[in-house]
Amino acid sequence: MESSLTAAERAQRIEEIIAEHSSREGPLLPILHDVQQMLGFVDDDAKRQIAAALNLSRAEVQGVVSFYHDFHDHPEPRPVIKLCRAEACQARGVEALLEDAYRAAGKRVAIETVYCLGLCSVGPAAMVGREVHARLDGERLAALIGEAA
Amino acid sequence: MIVRIADDAAAIACGADRVAAEFARLGIAVERVSSWGMHWLEPLVEIDGKGFGPVSPADVPAIIGMRAQHLSIGRIAEHPFIAAQQRLTFARAGRTRPLSLDDYEATGGWRGLRRAREIGSAATVEEVLASGLRGRGGAGFPAGIKWRTVAGAKGGRKYVVCNADEGDSGTFADRALMEGDPYCLIEGMAIAGHAVGAQRGYIYVRSEYPHAIAKLRAAIEASRDIVAPFVLEVREGAGAYVCGEETSLLNSLEGKRGEVRAKPPLPALEGLFGCPTVVNNVLTLAAVPFILAEGAKTYADYGFGRSRGTMPLQLAGNIRQGGLFETAFGVTLGELVNDIGGGTASGRPVKAVQVGGPLGAYIHPDQFDLPIDYESFAAADGLIGHGGIVVFDDTADMLAQARFAMDFCAAESCGKCTPCRIGAVRGRETLDRIRAGGRHAQALEELPQMHNARPRDRSLYDEVTLLTDLCETMKDGSLCALGGFTPYPVMSALRHWPEDFGLTQPVPELQES
Repeated sequence: MESSLTAAERAQRIEEIIAEHSSREGPLLPILHDVQQMLGFVDDDAKRQIAAALNLSRAEVQGVVSFYHDFHDHPEPRPVIKLCRAEACQARGVEALLEDAYRAAGKRVAIETVYCLGLCSVGPAAMVGREVHARLDGERLAALIGEAA
Repeated sequence: MIVRIADDAAAIACGADRVAAEFARLGIAVERVSSWGMHWLEPLVEIDGKGFGPVSPADVPAIIGMRAQHLSIGRIAEHPFIAAQQRLTFARAGRTRPLSLDDYEATGGWRGLRRAREIGSAATVEEVLASGLRGRGGAGFPAGIKWRTVAGAKGGRKYVVCNADEGDSGTFADRALMEGDPYCLIEGMAIAGHAVGAQRGYIYVRSEYPHAIAKLRAAIEASRDIVAPFVLEVREGAGAYVCGEETSLLNSLEGKRGEVRAKPPLPALEGLFGCPTVVNNVLTLAAVPFILAEGAKTYADYGFGRSRGTMPLQLAGNIRQGGLFETAFGVTLGELVNDIGGGTASGRPVKAVQVGGPLGAYIHPDQFDLPIDYESFAAADGLIGHGGIVVFDDTADMLAQARFAMDFCAAESCGKCTPCRIGAVRGRETLDRIRAGGRHAQALEELPQMHNARPRDRSLYDEVTLLTDLCETMKDGSLCALGGFTPYPVMSALRHWPEDFGLTQPVPELQES
């Protein structure tokens, strides 16, 4: 995540991302993924730049960014733990872990709800970055939160 | 000594990488293979066909020193969980290294594609038709009919799109296939491309599956020349459950909001970028190499009635022995949950089983004699969907589960249809009032100016009637299954567990239609 870039450097990087995907059909989602990955969020300047490059309106780009859970228009500076709260993990007791988890995370770690990581027989499950963790109990989840902080 | 350890995401999430690293540190050769799909045993360690699990790094010295009998499960292939299956699509699970072209060819890989090229496009479509293969994503539409439509459609540019947006809780078969046998999916898509005249294929994988995405991209690169001139590309989803609906997925591929499209036109005629497009689930496409290599009749001989072939079922939730269970249609739900799955993981009684994902009905143990096939479940007001089976023990609160169904719909709605977008929110509110036993009139309603206000207090019975009416509206007025099928979990919970909703008398309106 590059939050220390100047506006000009950001614009340059976004230009490079757009160019990388220029040969793709329907390139908007791949572009947004890369911008989100690089900057941590897709701000108004980025939307304006992408819209101009793809000959879309800013509203159209804003519409896409706001539709998908993965894209954010503001930064999340804290480390993020994605915790699954869908049916199979509910059946394996994730809801009972929440209160302690939110307390342990406090303001230092963000716990985000996701619906399903495909680890449905070994839940409760979580994803930190691209690392997956299963068979979570109160202790293991607290350890994850501690490591992330 | 060579040990084999899975690099499937479930195995890794249970610690397989740390176990593998420990073996390597102690100088033992480690091969990373696909998972056998016996998740309660992961991390599973295989030595000469014999399995040990679940293994932690601390167990490694004992395994090397042959002192780990307490972890032994005997010959893996002969384990009852494996022996009871008919693995056609998952034949390679646990047996090959996912990215090894040598392993793939040695186990019959590319034979289907070779035969498809020999017999030609039309004969390939006929083979898939004759097999009786139905879409394994959930809709169960005959794949051969879809392919025939696209093959016959006008247009120079056509596409094959693989729906790998496996968002249903309780499902992981697509993930397991993509991570464990990616060439099988690639071969299936290449056969489809050949059959319908498509030059490009896209695999739309949800972003919550980073391992699958990485494996597929590597496999596509490695097999590029084999499937040429057919070209494949992986596209990553962005966290929207509704993009598992085929038209929403197509919009997402085109770079738009994942809104659902009205049909007609069918994607088979006007799909991706307006071109004729085959959209099929991962498992549907992965069944195709077998059908071409072994013949349609061999595939169709599994199963019965209108449910032909095998279904990879996923045993999940509060279940003792969870994992991947591929079988011919016809096994009963009770056999799956109690005999094969071993009952609940907690040891408590089974209260409910949700079959078919978040939009599937909750099945009561009284209905455990239901065989797993499309028609039987439909007749019982349920659906098998993508084959996910989520077990709940008696700590489950079915009112809470019904409320979650509405909550999930509200969170994931694409927003196009009012009954889904607004109805789900109203449904959640109604269930909260049911929890409270009804509602009393509020001060505002009792003002003399409120001439048209309805009778003010609403009883529990009134709220239940309202919820039922709302569900009917959502079912009839939604363009896709997200709003349309949310009534399944809600109404099944209400019908079969009325006590969780505070209902002590049976409600006549709720009885089976």
